[in-house]
Amino acid sequence: MGKYILRRLIIALPSLLGISLVLFVLLALAPGDPFGELATNTNIPPEVRAALRVKFGIDDPIFVRYLRWLVAMLHGDWGFSFSSRIDVDKLILQRVPTTLFVVGSSQILALAVALPVGVYAAMRPYSIFDQIANTFAFVGFSLPTFFTGLLLILIFSVNLGWLPFVYRVDIPATGWHWYWENFKQAIMPVVVLGLFQAASYTRYVRSAVLDVIRMDYVTTARSKGLNEGKVVLKHVVRNALIPVVTLVALQMPAVFGGAIVTEQIFRIPGIGSLLITAILANDTPVIMAVTFVFACLVVVFNLMADIIYGWLDPRISYR
Amino acid sequence: MAVASVVILLALAAAVLLGPLAWRVPINEIDFTARLSPPSWEHPFGTDDLGQDLLARMLYGGRISLAVGFAAMAVALFAGTVIGAIAGISRGSVDAVLMWITDLFLSLPQLPLLLVIIYLFRDSLKALAGPEAGVYVLIVAVIGGFRWMPVARLVRAQFLSLREKEFVEAARALGASTTRVVVHHILPNALGPVIVAGTVEVAAAIIAESTLSFLGLGFPPDIPTWGRLLYDAKDYLDIAPHWALFPGAAIFLAVLTINFIGDGLRDTLDPRKVM
Repeated sequence: MGKYILRRLIIALPSLLGISLVLFVLLALAPGDPFGELATNTNIPPEVRAALRVKFGIDDPIFVRYLRWLVAMLHGDWGFSFSSRIDVDKLILQRVPTTLFVVGSSQILALAVALPVGVYAAMRPYSIFDQIANTFAFVGFSLPTFFTGLLLILIFSVNLGWLPFVYRVDIPATGWHWYWENFKQAIMPVVVLGLFQAASYTRYVRSAVLDVIRMDYVTTARSKGLNEGKVVLKHVVRNALIPVVTLVALQMPAVFGGAIVTEQIFRIPGIGSLLITAILANDTPVIMAVTFVFACLVVVFNLMADIIYGWLDPRISYR
Repeated sequence: MAVASVVILLALAAAVLLGPLAWRVPINEIDFTARLSPPSWEHPFGTDDLGQDLLARMLYGGRISLAVGFAAMAVALFAGTVIGAIAGISRGSVDAVLMWITDLFLSLPQLPLLLVIIYLFRDSLKALAGPEAGVYVLIVAVIGGFRWMPVARLVRAQFLSLREKEFVEAARALGASTTRVVVHHILPNALGPVIVAGTVEVAAAIIAESTLSFLGLGFPPDIPTWGRLLYDAKDYLDIAPHWALFPGAAIFLAVLTINFIGDGLRDTLDPRKVM
């Protein structure tokens, strides 16, 4: 198992390098000069501008610039935010826990809904329960998160006044009250993101269980006299989860995309809303760093999926 | 389900295409006396904060939203089919490299990259092709450019099994070149699943465009796509909920019907239906 994890880590590295290369090439191809603003500013003499260009190596060959950027990123030197006047790495470190909290809880909610519903629907295919679940799943992943978010705000914040619609990090309370307020403000974003994912996961789980449940070993387990619960949990679900884990890992980029939208709707101070504000404020160092952090998070979650994969199916880790 | 969806989607498309001929209210007629008014006979879908008629704006914006969806689907299908076909017909390193690129693209965080690309290239394309066409081309290209990977995998898998079939061998024995075998013999047989993937791509592209517009980074305010209308409406939820509900419902309806059609097509084309 240890060797398997190490191997997956080594495979993950090239894809991180590839992502960083894509990002850097984008930045290099983009029209516009990062020092363009200085050129129009008459207070800065041309010699200073030339010296700055040499200092930041704007005129070096692109390969040299990429290597230098990569080394700086690895050293944790991510630049300085133009608009917030703070180091980019500090800014991102402040924001990442909030995003991870919202994304993590919504994934737990999504799996907690999708697993039981999908398994139950697959055990009785084309029953009324299955058809209702299927219809709900279709409605669920056809409702874009930005619309469900607005709908929930309209119902629970504007009309009923039950839940706050602005997410706050500095809640003026302590102890249980603090937890309660935090829980209340997290309900809507987590539900929006979680149910959207749950809709597609339900379909994955259903079709994966349907593929497994007709296998001969399931019939064997039943004819051995095992009770139905044991057959489903130990024989069917464990094997059905293997393709589901792959599909969930493939959904990770979409999950973080959804996180950007929900953070924007509910004004959650995570890295998604940081990206939007940075784009609107032309804050290039922050934009590049946040995009790279998103890429890293996707790779890390894929790695976790690989490890779960190896645990679910030990054959994979020996190959 | 699928047949009803086709009818609803066609009605939606017809409304968007022909509606502006019947409902001749200009989309940018500002009327401050009718500001934020709820639906009425004069304004069936109500008005926005400048008193502009929402029905007219939605009909106009729907054209853009649906056009982006179909154009981005075409881009994704074309790129995916070409890459998948090349990978599927050539063995060895070309296949490996192409599949590595596909996997790399699959693990890219798409929405952040879409936002970054639009941020970086918007101004130069606007200067090149005008504000509307420039943004349109950019959005179609980037959405399509990030959605070709599943198609490429599908096409490659089809190619891997089809190229071993007897009819391909027969064509080759008759002296057909590789290009001819691919274009005339393998590709037509590989297209079934691709068409199914294509319908789902349209829905995904519509959602992607609406998301970009909703984040304020898609089309400019004078092009009221459905996502853009939601973006403008979100600050007036408490006093004018109709403004957000109508475009949101339109996106939902379009995406839902397309998904149902895709599902129906898959059931029809896939003989391995579970009983």
